[in-house]
Amino acid sequence: MRRSLAGRITFNTIALVLALIFIFPVYWMVTTSLTPAMDLFSKTPSFFPTHPTLMHFKTATNVVDFSNFWVNSLTATLGAVLLSLVIALMASVAVARMRFRGRKAFILMIMIAQMAPWAVLQISIYMIVRNNDMLEEVLPLLLFYMAMILPFTIWTLRNFVGAIPKELEESALIDGCNRVQAFWRIIFPLLAPGLMATSLFGFITAWGEYPLALVLEQETPHYTLALWLTTFQTQFGNDWGATMAAATLFSLPVLVLFMIMQRRAVGGLTAGAVKG
Amino acid sequence: MPPKGAQTGLRDDGDTAVLRSGTAGEKAGAGNAGGRPRRFGRRKSTGNSNAGITPYLLLLPALVAIVVFIVYPSVDELLISFQRLNAFELIGHVTHWIGFANYQSILSSGTFWVIFNRTVWFTVINVVLIMGGGTLIGLLLNRLGTKVRFTLSIAMVFAWAVPVAASTTVFQWLFDQQTGVVDWALAKLGFSGMAHYDWMSNEYTAFAVVILCIVWQSIPFVAFNVYAGLTTISTELFEAARLDGAGAVRIFRSVIFPMLRPLFFGTVFLEIIWVFGALNQVLLITGGNPVGKTVTLPVYAYLEGIGEQGYGMGSAIAAVTIVMLCLMMSFYFRIILKQEDEL
Repeated sequence: MRRSLAGRITFNTIALVLALIFIFPVYWMVTTSLTPAMDLFSKTPSFFPTHPTLMHFKTATNVVDFSNFWVNSLTATLGAVLLSLVIALMASVAVARMRFRGRKAFILMIMIAQMAPWAVLQISIYMIVRNNDMLEEVLPLLLFYMAMILPFTIWTLRNFVGAIPKELEESALIDGCNRVQAFWRIIFPLLAPGLMATSLFGFITAWGEYPLALVLEQETPHYTLALWLTTFQTQFGNDWGATMAAATLFSLPVLVLFMIMQRRAVGGLTAGAVKG
Repeated sequence: MPPKGAQTGLRDDGDTAVLRSGTAGEKAGAGNAGGRPRRFGRRKSTGNSNAGITPYLLLLPALVAIVVFIVYPSVDELLISFQRLNAFELIGHVTHWIGFANYQSILSSGTFWVIFNRTVWFTVINVVLIMGGGTLIGLLLNRLGTKVRFTLSIAMVFAWAVPVAASTTVFQWLFDQQTGVVDWALAKLGFSGMAHYDWMSNEYTAFAVVILCIVWQSIPFVAFNVYAGLTTISTELFEAARLDGAGAVRIFRSVIFPMLRPLFFGTVFLEIIWVFGALNQVLLITGGNPVGKTVTLPVYAYLEGIGEQGYGMGSAIAAVTIVMLCLMMSFYFRIILKQEDEL
């Protein structure tokens, strides 16, 4: 490909400016959380925390049952992600690899399920959970989060499965593997990036969900972190330092996960997305 | 920073190499027809005999999960929409059927249609910005050197990874009237009227903040998808197009778009659903204000249902919303299902 020097400089400049734009809100969140309250009200914003402080983190985490929120959020989120991954993997192998009656109907159902109005379903979900005496428990949250991320997980995973050339499986079968062995030895390892990408996505959704948690978990020990963050904001009004500290803490697990997995996961997302 | 070898963008080279060789084999096989397809045919028939109930068994858990946790609450919700269910009935476990009364009052009120139009516009603007921006950045990623591409990708991953509950608070803080950095920066840049500007004072600027927040978080997904799609198009195709004298726009229209059509359709489908149903961003940033002028359909259903404790009413609004969305998406379902034939 022919590329002029001027063109390359232009593209690189645009890319770096874009990178700044994308990173800035995150940077600002972290910076604010470390800046002393005094400096937050000064006329000129301080772009670097010259006297970093952990005050805001103290304010933000100084609530009763804080460790419970972590446990609740992690249980609900990880449980939902793992469960939906297993269920979706089975379904996506069927949809991507096998021809059967009702295949299209299933795909249509997934598309419609993807449109479920979760924001409003909470009315009936609340009543269902209440009638089963499971309010204030983590399990219903876990199960409904699982359902929330399931359609997307199937939708994406099926592309990943479909992107793996059939020939690989065929040759494994010829070499004497049975279908199950062929799956575990050939398909599953190739799916690893896809599984990571979709699980990251599910993780973000479930981790950040709060309207449902709001109606199902009304007493503090059963709060999730998302609830803590959103109620926190109204409690402390304009304490932006503490709010940003809370937001930073809340984002941290997702950011760390992304950092650990990004090379494989984003690369994986790409490989699977290709087939659309 | 990862080791140098990792800087070939964000792809996993081991796996893609396998995939590539696979597709190359497929192409070669297609050329010399005869033996190969027949062998596949036989294998397929043996596969089919034991595939009899296997696919259904594999789908069973997903079906059960969807029926129990999505269909059942949805049907329940639909039933509620034919009831008068306010706080009193909820606490007392009273069922009070009122037929289509909720629907009548929704569809006959001007408010609903105003909000419906607003939601459609809101969705169109967001999706156009997300798809346009995402595609351009995807194309840009494909053109960059590895180091700059890595930098931009990392920045986008950060934007993408921040949970919505956190990003909405960050955007409120960025656009805060008293000490927000955006107002400060705009004033510094010479827009003195923007110093201490209240973005929530009218619906246009309030929506602008919401849209910025949504677009900022949604572009990375589209950009990575487009970039991924681009890497699968062989460079010879671009070379050939360029030799034929095609410009950048022409190449996009005649080479890139047709080849990535399924990817574009799939992504637009998801984005429409996500933006149309975006509740948290609107609710947390504007709360529907000023005076209800930034209320979109999901927010309307939420405010009427949960906020006002008019659960029957909220359910009816949700039901109408879903029907509207399905009607608007129906042509889309057909396109996507048609693509399934080509599998």
